[in-house]
Amino acid sequence: MSNTTKIEVTVNGVSRTAEVEPRLLLVHYLRDVLGLTGTHIGCETSLCGACTVMVDGAAAKSCTLLAVQVDGCEVETIESLATEDGLHPIQEAFWDCHGLQCGFCTPGMIMATRQLLQEKPSPSEEEIRRGLEGNICRCTGYKHIVDAVQQAAEQMKAGT
Amino acid sequence: MPVSKLVGTKVKRREDPRLVQGLSHYVDDLRMADVMHAAILRSPHAHARISGINTDAAQALPGVVTVVTGADIGDSVGSVPCAAANPTLRTPPHPVLAQGEVRYVGEPVAVAVAGDSYTARDALDLIEVDYEPLPAVSDLEKALEPGSPLVHSQWDSNQAFTFECGTGDMDKARAEADVIVKQKFIHQRLAPIPVETRGVVARYFPGEDELTVWSSTQIPHLLRAMLALMLNFPEHRIRIIAPEVGGGFGCKLNVYREEGLLAHLAMKLKGTVKWIEGRRENIQATIHGRGQVGTVEAAVKKDGTILGVTYDSLLDTGAYHQLLTPGMPPLTGLMISGSYKIPTLKFTSTGGFTNKVATDAYRGAGRPEATLVIERTMDLIARELDMDPVELRRKNFAQPADFPLQVATGLAYDSGNYQAALDRALEMVGYQDLRAEQQRLRAEGRYMGIGFSTYVEICAMGPSAALPAGGWESGTVRMDFTGKATVLTGVSPHGQGEETTFAQIVSDDLGVPIEDVAVLHGDTAVVPNGIGTFGSRGISVGGTAVYMATQKVREKAEAIAANVLECSTDDLEFEDGKFTVKGVPDKGITIQEVALQAHVATKLPAGMEPGLQATSVFEPSNFTFPFGTHICVVEVDTQSGEIEIKKYVAVDDCGKVINPMIVDGQVQGGIAQGLGQALLEEVVYDEDGQLVTGSLMDYAVARAEDLPQLEFDRTETPSPVNPMGVKGVGEAGTIGSTPSIVNAVVDALAPFGVTHIDMPLKPEKLWRLCQGGTK
Repeated sequence: MSNTTKIEVTVNGVSRTAEVEPRLLLVHYLRDVLGLTGTHIGCETSLCGACTVMVDGAAAKSCTLLAVQVDGCEVETIESLATEDGLHPIQEAFWDCHGLQCGFCTPGMIMATRQLLQEKPSPSEEEIRRGLEGNICRCTGYKHIVDAVQQAAEQMKAGT
Repeated sequence: MPVSKLVGTKVKRREDPRLVQGLSHYVDDLRMADVMHAAILRSPHAHARISGINTDAAQALPGVVTVVTGADIGDSVGSVPCAAANPTLRTPPHPVLAQGEVRYVGEPVAVAVAGDSYTARDALDLIEVDYEPLPAVSDLEKALEPGSPLVHSQWDSNQAFTFECGTGDMDKARAEADVIVKQKFIHQRLAPIPVETRGVVARYFPGEDELTVWSSTQIPHLLRAMLALMLNFPEHRIRIIAPEVGGGFGCKLNVYREEGLLAHLAMKLKGTVKWIEGRRENIQATIHGRGQVGTVEAAVKKDGTILGVTYDSLLDTGAYHQLLTPGMPPLTGLMISGSYKIPTLKFTSTGGFTNKVATDAYRGAGRPEATLVIERTMDLIARELDMDPVELRRKNFAQPADFPLQVATGLAYDSGNYQAALDRALEMVGYQDLRAEQQRLRAEGRYMGIGFSTYVEICAMGPSAALPAGGWESGTVRMDFTGKATVLTGVSPHGQGEETTFAQIVSDDLGVPIEDVAVLHGDTAVVPNGIGTFGSRGISVGGTAVYMATQKVREKAEAIAANVLECSTDDLEFEDGKFTVKGVPDKGITIQEVALQAHVATKLPAGMEPGLQATSVFEPSNFTFPFGTHICVVEVDTQSGEIEIKKYVAVDDCGKVINPMIVDGQVQGGIAQGLGQALLEEVVYDEDGQLVTGSLMDYAVARAEDLPQLEFDRTETPSPVNPMGVKGVGEAGTIGSTPSIVNAVVDALAPFGVTHIDMPLKPEKLWRLCQGGTK
């Protein structure tokens, strides 16, 4: 498997160039090539959402995208959210509301929340539950996640 | 500044900043030099003889380091251990790679090691295995019938063990009864599905003769001992590290083939080898839960008095025993009395080998089966006697004055107030109005049901006498030169938040800010000894050990303070982290200054050893018995069979609460898994032993939309078993919830003559019942 393809991709604001095997999954590119291990792998079939990242501003499951498919795209991972000023309001809300236990699904859940709040800045509980249907959390029972999304929505509206 | 009292309050978790940023390190996140990657070839057959394996092409693939088969390993690695003690137990050899025969789909057959994970997987495609398929048996009851294909041909049947418990004369109970109620129950197999699958990294340094294994495990210290035995390698040369662990739910309370295999490969290759389980592998080869079938018989008087209950059951062990496989039925049998006073109880269990992966402990571990059986039986009795299920429960409840309660299964329940939890839940749900509404809706052709579960569970595992490998836990508390505290705990959390709750305990009792308390766990080179996190034992056994060590540290600090202040310890007061002489508030010393003195060691009482640390090992005198009432209200759409959960009320009592936010989270998460069993989840094998539900596309885990609005409250009945009065809460939601949901749906469909439905309650099943097709 020596044939490789050159890709240019912007990851968390940094321009990257790499020679990758055409079969390399985006999630492996992020984790193993760039060392961004905050994006997790939970099912390899797009069903659990642990690997959710943003590609050109839209949530995508990086376990079933090839790295070559994001050539020329902007990718954002969980590592891009916090700044020197502190945690992102969604991260803060998950912390405040106990929206995580083992934490493994959390980066994907937070990225999915980000997309949800982009589309619906004031989601109802039903919209939150539907909006997160692509992400499995096995620990929390989701109630505290819903609380966290509601708090984040309030915070983000207040901040804009 | 006074240090606030943290125990009993919502303290935000100290684990979370790293987790919400994706900065923590699960096994797959560890970056190591020169790591090799392993991929495992697994059996596609439920039962087959391996007549040959050709690895030449795989070995020749560029980048491949080695390919290893069961024949290559031979007896150089011992059997995967089973720790359950049962004199009737048949324990088949359980090799890390199949030796000549495979007995379930997903059984490891060969392993390829390569420089990268993609090449390792490529190599698997080049391994040629000649299988000769053998007859397989998938159905538990068929497996135990004469003439069934044998999973292990060295025995004349598939019987793996028998177990029984209980006391009393059931024949007498039957003779005195007005009514006999019988029902068969199927407790379907469930896949635990932690979102992080298993993963192992093993590294061997030949110079130091040191084996380090990073594993996504709940039991690092037990794993070290078991690996030492499997590998015939000294325990003190093995270090196990459980880094961040992404959920366990019991399935990581085990020792797996891959842990032995990776350790073996690291030693053979004198390097570092990594294996991360895929989700398909996870559903094929990580233990399943439940897998029990049984029939209950209850002998009852007309007035609702229960005279006796028998439950005869079978356990689907799968093909090989894992660590605690045969230990599950006792947990069912011992809890079959539920929260009721039943003079005669008899439980039997027969384990049966099948051509499937092993069953073992999954959240609740044997107790959800007991709770479902007794709580469903209560509803069956109530229906038979035309009694309100609430009244029947009240009539048979153990009363607060009965504790400690001697139960006919042999246990002594520590404390309880079942009536109080039920009353509170009834008040929250508005029970009387609901019954009226149910009648009104039925008249309109709408089918609402109300289901109860007044559960009790056994946790805080447990006294060593009752566990196969020790039930104690260790805790060490140390204050260093600068007055910071370090806590070492033998429990190994994976989402339960002990870095926070244990620090709350220490912070309060030493009067130091919580920021100055670090809780370390999950590394056998750091924590001297331990058992692990399972059986809802974290706070009640591990937390108690930390509490006891903290008291010792405080006592030593007090003695040092008295010496420095030149007074007697009786003259000292301790508040907010400062020792002061009674009546002389200006004369005092902070605990941080005491810590410094403890290390400078010039003003210590005569004969005292320097340093300020203590270790306690807590051996509980009994289990604890949390309890509660869950009430579920559903409406079933008879046109579609769909269930709408209209209301769900849970009142749980887990004894004293250290952090209410974390307790709420445990209960909510537990209910989600209990609801999953009731409505969605089921591992399905076809009759030939092929796994049908091999991915998350087919195995339905509850998603956010599946969960209803939940209403919670708590009662608080302290446990006398430990000094903090805590009981444990990790499994309560799973154990308590399932029967309330099933009871509600059966109640809703009562007008159709439905008296029982086995889980999961899928719409198709309900729709058929509404059509009057079955029953």
